[in-house]
Amino acid sequence: MKMGQKSANALRLTLSYIVLIAIAICCLYPAIWVLLSSLRPGTSLFAPSLIPDKFTFAHYKELFTNPSFRYGVWYLNTLKIATLSMIFSTILVTLSMYSLSRFRFPGRKTTLTALLVLGMFPGFMSMIAVFIVLLQLNLLDTHAALILVYSAGSVLSGFIVKGFYDTIPRSLDEAARIDGASHLQVFIRIMLPLSKPMLTYVALTTFTGAWVDFIFARLVLRSKENWTLAVGMWDLVNSYQNSNFTLFAAGAVLIAIPITLLFVFLQRFLVQGLTAGASKG
Amino acid sequence: MNRHRGIAAILSVLYMGLGQLYNRQFVKGLFLMAVNAAALFYFIPNLGKAIWGVVTLGTKTQGFEIVNKVTVRVEGDHSIYLLISGLITLFVFAIYLVIYIMNIRDAYRTGALRDKGEQPADFKKSWAHLTGRNFPYLMLAIPAIGVLFLTIMPIIFMVMLAFTNYASPNHIPPKALVDWVGFETFANLLTLKTWSRTFFSVFTWTIIWAVIATATTYFGGILVALLVESKGVRFKKLWRTIFILPYAIPQLISLLVMRNLFNGQFGPINQYLSYFGLGKLPWLTDPIWAKVTVIIVNMWVGIPVSMVLIMGILTAIPKDMYEAADVDGATGFQKFKIITLPFILFSTGPVLIMQFAGNINNFNVIFLLTNGDPVNGKYQFAGSTDLLVTWLYKLTLNNSQFNMSSAIGIIIFLIVASLSIWSYRRSKAYKEEDMIQ
Repeated sequence: MKMGQKSANALRLTLSYIVLIAIAICCLYPAIWVLLSSLRPGTSLFAPSLIPDKFTFAHYKELFTNPSFRYGVWYLNTLKIATLSMIFSTILVTLSMYSLSRFRFPGRKTTLTALLVLGMFPGFMSMIAVFIVLLQLNLLDTHAALILVYSAGSVLSGFIVKGFYDTIPRSLDEAARIDGASHLQVFIRIMLPLSKPMLTYVALTTFTGAWVDFIFARLVLRSKENWTLAVGMWDLVNSYQNSNFTLFAAGAVLIAIPITLLFVFLQRFLVQGLTAGASKG
Repeated sequence: MNRHRGIAAILSVLYMGLGQLYNRQFVKGLFLMAVNAAALFYFIPNLGKAIWGVVTLGTKTQGFEIVNKVTVRVEGDHSIYLLISGLITLFVFAIYLVIYIMNIRDAYRTGALRDKGEQPADFKKSWAHLTGRNFPYLMLAIPAIGVLFLTIMPIIFMVMLAFTNYASPNHIPPKALVDWVGFETFANLLTLKTWSRTFFSVFTWTIIWAVIATATTYFGGILVALLVESKGVRFKKLWRTIFILPYAIPQLISLLVMRNLFNGQFGPINQYLSYFGLGKLPWLTDPIWAKVTVIIVNMWVGIPVSMVLIMGILTAIPKDMYEAADVDGATGFQKFKIITLPFILFSTGPVLIMQFAGNINNFNVIFLLTNGDPVNGKYQFAGSTDLLVTWLYKLTLNNSQFNMSSAIGIIIFLIVASLSIWSYRRSKAYKEEDMIQ
């Protein structure tokens, strides 16, 4: 009896490991494949084997030296836009969601419902109008336009942050208020240190959002030296994908690496952010 | 002694800030008067034109006139610019009205204070009031303005477009004017054969897709989470990190890479298939297979998110429930059915509905992977895997069918909004918002 149970358990574990390994291969394969393709000599999508006979960095070099790409410039542009949008959206989102979570004021429930409803319109339904507004403000083809739109839009996805502040006991800030701290002081001294995981989550998602957006950025940024990586990538795909796959692979790796590393290292915060959003609906 | 409140209020009605001056709040009063002067300066020439623009959408068509025997092009009204700038002016006017009403109320209240023999608040006190009791309004003001002009105004604009005839080829400014047509666009979408056939097919596929995509990623996520967290499995952290990887790679990249992986001619997947002696599959070019492919790829993209969510919930299940079940002699499967699954379903109910709504609008997977293709000859500007959103995108940016795409956008919105509001109102978070405090 005991022996039977033991071997059944071993069988179950072996099966579990087989399935886990199979899933792991599925997860890793595309990443490994594109990484190896970017190091393969030649330009074709077709490869006789997964691991190339020879490794080369020529494609990476070409991205930065070929005059029809401005990969270095695009990288800096993207870094600038993503960082600034991240800073502005994090400030806006945390302050406004803190207010919505902490204070009971007339119009609060309406604001919450309105935010929820607005978040449900397909994003590019508003693209045309935003485009014309930017045109009239003379902001087309500028990075300021993108930063403005990304930061303003971030408020709509702040529900997770509100849910997070809901869970922090209110007695904390009431005590500080009694000690004479102003609301802003309470926020900066008490709430900010407590909301580190949430701040990381918001910063990370807004940074990534700006990093990979190609739809709106493509509409706004017209001249090549103003492009972001995602726009350049999109152009690369449309004009080179079939003729020069390995170059595409190199570009893809360069765009993905910073984001992927950030995500893997900040996993803990992501998990907290996602679960906080879940339990608060 | 009721005269102060009345006089102050009437003065503030006459001109913003006068009531405050009367109440001896000089800084506030002068500031409000300056605001009002600027507002009047802006509205007097612009407001009438704005209303005219929104109502008529312009009257003068672009044309040619003969001046001194030379044909000169005369610019007509640009209906779309008229509509947008009109909307912006009306929005600013609404804000102005709100400020005006607040100004009257403030003058009345301060007057009432004086009637009771109290001192009106000086500037310092007013400022303290603003950062104290009105702190939330102050904090929400900047995001509110951003949302008002970059989200609400554009949405209202697009909703209005659905009631115009703004579409290629006959009604594209500046060449031609756009007119209000009422519900004609919706009627065309639902009754004109070419449009309605596309609409109903794309709609059906959108719903099928949303159901399958949500179900596969959700239950896939449960399975993977249970597998990793099950007793005896080692290196849990390593597995978790590997399985989170698809979530960490930006979708823009991973989906474009997938498009190459599934390439019918040279893609490695078909290479492996032929290596094992199986035929190549038309992953992206056959209507049915393309649908299968998007669902498979969506599982790759979506399961990690569900997995993370469900792992978080698994740790929250009280251990004594399992111990009690063990005492009663329950098998592993019974424990799963009676404890784990209900617990997960209960806590992720709202998320599930939000994911369903998100999948209806899942633009990235379709657009980056198949771009809606393979093309379907029977459809109006749509392919076999197009969802309503990607169809909307194509109609707007490639085909200039702005009114039709707005109508579709409104329909998507109605579906998604009713689903989400329903789930939000039911969620514990909404009902018991104040419980935790």
